[in-house]
Amino acid sequence: MRPNDLPLYELSAMLSSGELSSEHLTMCCLETADRTDDSVGAFLTLCRDDALRSAREADRLISSGKGMALTGIPFAIKDNICTEGIRTTCASKLLSGYIPPYSATAVRSLENVCAVMLGKTNMDEFGMGSSCENSAFRPVQNPIAPGRVPGGSSGGSAAAVASGMACFALGSDTGGSVRQPAAFCSVVGLKPTYGRVSRYGLVPFASSMDTIGPITRDVRSNAIVFEAISGHDPMDMTSSSEAAETVSGSLDNSDIRGLRIAIPDMGATGTGLSECVEKAVLDAASVFESLGAKCVETVLPFDIRTLAAYYAISAAEASSNLARFDGIRYGSDAPQNGELDVRQFRSLGFGTEVQRRIILGTYVLSSGYGRDLYSKSLSRREYVRSAFRAAFSEYDLILSPVTPDPPPPLGRFKASPSEMYYQDVFTVPANLAGLPAISVPAGRDSSSGLPVGIQLTAPHFAESLLYRAAYLFEKEISDGKSRK
Amino acid sequence: MEKAGNDYEAVVGLEIHCELSTKTKAFCSCESAFGGEPNSRCCPVCFGLPGALPALNMKAAEFAVRAGVALNCRISRISSFDRKNYFYPDLPKGYQITQQRNPICRDGFIDIQSSGAKKRIRIERIHLEEDAGKLIHRDGETLIDYNRAGVPLIEIVTKPDISSAREAQDFVRKLRSIILCTAISDCRMNEGSLRVDVNISVKRKTDAELGVRTEIKNLNSVNAIGKAIESEFSRQVSLVSKGIPLSRETMRFDPVSKSTLTMRSKESYNDYRYFAEPDIPPLVLSEEFISCVEQSMPELPERKAERYVSVFGISEDSAFLISGNNDASAYFEKAAESCSYLKTLSNMITSTLFPAFGDDGTDMSRLPEPEHLSEIADLSGTGTINSLTAKKLMELSAKEKKSPREIVERDCLAVIRDRDRIKKLIGAALSEMPKAKSDYLRGKKAALKSIVGRAMFLSGGLADPELLNEEAENQLAEKE
Repeated sequence: MRPNDLPLYELSAMLSSGELSSEHLTMCCLETADRTDDSVGAFLTLCRDDALRSAREADRLISSGKGMALTGIPFAIKDNICTEGIRTTCASKLLSGYIPPYSATAVRSLENVCAVMLGKTNMDEFGMGSSCENSAFRPVQNPIAPGRVPGGSSGGSAAAVASGMACFALGSDTGGSVRQPAAFCSVVGLKPTYGRVSRYGLVPFASSMDTIGPITRDVRSNAIVFEAISGHDPMDMTSSSEAAETVSGSLDNSDIRGLRIAIPDMGATGTGLSECVEKAVLDAASVFESLGAKCVETVLPFDIRTLAAYYAISAAEASSNLARFDGIRYGSDAPQNGELDVRQFRSLGFGTEVQRRIILGTYVLSSGYGRDLYSKSLSRREYVRSAFRAAFSEYDLILSPVTPDPPPPLGRFKASPSEMYYQDVFTVPANLAGLPAISVPAGRDSSSGLPVGIQLTAPHFAESLLYRAAYLFEKEISDGKSRK
Repeated sequence: MEKAGNDYEAVVGLEIHCELSTKTKAFCSCESAFGGEPNSRCCPVCFGLPGALPALNMKAAEFAVRAGVALNCRISRISSFDRKNYFYPDLPKGYQITQQRNPICRDGFIDIQSSGAKKRIRIERIHLEEDAGKLIHRDGETLIDYNRAGVPLIEIVTKPDISSAREAQDFVRKLRSIILCTAISDCRMNEGSLRVDVNISVKRKTDAELGVRTEIKNLNSVNAIGKAIESEFSRQVSLVSKGIPLSRETMRFDPVSKSTLTMRSKESYNDYRYFAEPDIPPLVLSEEFISCVEQSMPELPERKAERYVSVFGISEDSAFLISGNNDASAYFEKAAESCSYLKTLSNMITSTLFPAFGDDGTDMSRLPEPEHLSEIADLSGTGTINSLTAKKLMELSAKEKKSPREIVERDCLAVIRDRDRIKKLIGAALSEMPKAKSDYLRGKKAALKSIVGRAMFLSGGLADPELLNEEAENQLAEKE
């Protein structure tokens, strides 16, 4: 087995015992990338030399006894998270030459413990899309389901982790962009509570919902990364100073007996549902029941109205966040004759999906008819919040699908944007309400062989509960697999 | 204003942008001071780099609350920020962070004294926002300096309570002195740290309904405010009185032609697509915070004027005028320390010296040292000098920076009361004016005036006029 396929907590132990060097581990990741990324397309920028340099530095740190859990572990960063001196494109033509002069707080947290940054991963342009086909540079292939999309928008990060090119990756989740590709690539993805991880340095899509979340191959590794990047940041006024419980070290003691788990009426979303997805959730429910939890179906706001509110609000914020790309400061196509044509610049610079959302967002913020849609969406958001509040007064967790369908073939979402939007029906409620949610692999569909995941959603700041339940579920699933 | 259209009156509201003199900017820790090498006082937040986030400078909030307290406002325990979306090259993010729905202060007022009468101008709101960068046009190119981007501003919005150019000017002067008192801004109109937008409409005095209003942007002197209002008032009246409908326009004032010109018309009216700024949570101010600001307030002009009347016994009008100008009040108080004739002193400041306290700062070269003015007031109060001499002394002492008593002695400026000298002066006048003398003796009593006038002239304007009169009558009576 390649070392880069092992869970990172095992790698961490091997690094500190001297059994493995970070330099070797990093080389293995880079070799895997060299071998497979031509076909996968997970990376937009690979920082080979920098990575090896910091791996050697990490080795020195570890040998002097100063290593931490993530010291020397190679990882990838979604290309909408700023890295000082390293191109950060958001997979947009507009930022193809943009080198930020500062690093995101989450990146600095990882640099501080001397984790090894391998490079920047592909994505849907500015986070808008669910298949990574909206990258201005190249699409990403699903490394574990050939011919299928890897999900999006953090598809590059999920693909990099799933294929062993990185031991973990950071993604961003505004409406499911960490959880959905995690499910499609059969890895673990967390969308933290809004405010738990600093957004400073994350290029905004919809600021009131954007979160940075870890993607890993297993639950415990995910908790380790989450604990390293979370915490209050004075640079982000929306970041929380709520204390976080450290669970990565005590997951083996997890016990969910007596836990009350709610399951939404999966047939009532208005978006359709694949049988294999429904089965995965029901199977998961039996697993949780076997672990002593109690699962109850109840009414929850996972539906098309919530989805519509999400699209209106996120587009509104996006239209404002992307206004700064006016051709004056960004983009290599700056006019030479001094004539600035903002309209032309933006029409050429932004991809179709981004333009669609800017137009939608501008429309819903404009006085008159569109504004009404925006106000209604804000009311819906309030309703979603209160519905979750009510649900969490009765239940501890919510179990649901991540997406209504398994990963579709490449090209499907391109042809039908609304079908793509429907895929977010189970993920956007957590973003509207700011709740933490995790996507955990639930095996493969027995007939199609496609990966399927399940999603757990918890009350604000209850990531530890998510991790405990997900950890036990993961254990049961892999024990079950090894029994077969 | 009356001349321009007797039947019409102006309805004016002001929006005043005032740059706060916090050390650092509103949403980052860059230096906030005016000037500097272009783009040297900037960070990812100022440049609006993707991913950078605003972090509110609480000092800016405190300064806005100080303004609110000074302008008699209600302070919002919870206020919030919004994005105002529009495109302009000096606006790095494509939107400005401002407070549209829930401003930090509401419902205040300022009392002004315009043309002798007291008037209350209501303040609708004060909100906190960030300034934009600055465009520099040079050699056919446009360059952008973002040093000013993110400098905290407050916008003070009045109700349309102002009805003339004069009132608008008096309001801005008073506002400026109050803001300067609170030390939250240097209020330099020429550097743009205080900028005024004027909203103006006209209506028949008998009508209740307001007319179509226009907005004149970015006036940067008290003088320009007056000129712009006068010119826009005449323009509107001339159209309205001919029955030509006005359109809602944004104008600018051209100081050369002294007229208002259209910048953009209603067709290009901006929809700013305001929405709640998701990067900044609502600003919650505790009672302690607010009472702490209230307790740290300096003495404001109103309170100062009351003190001048009750402690110094000067007239209400003088007190109001002097307290309304911080330099003038500091000057007055310094002079008052050693002065026994405070009413005289205050009158000297308001009637003779006040032009030195101009809108663009105080011209110190036109002012005597405060201790010297106090001497002049005492000399005048005791009758040692007359009022003409007092005026002359103010000038001399401002120029020479010498004690007025010394100047009086050196130049022999004291009032002449010596009997012999008075006698001689009248004697000389009579001998120079035989005709006036004989006129008087023939019963033309008015001739006495010219004889006394002549004697006064001969004394260099220094003789005591009553003694001259008395002496002239005496001498002429002897002749009869």
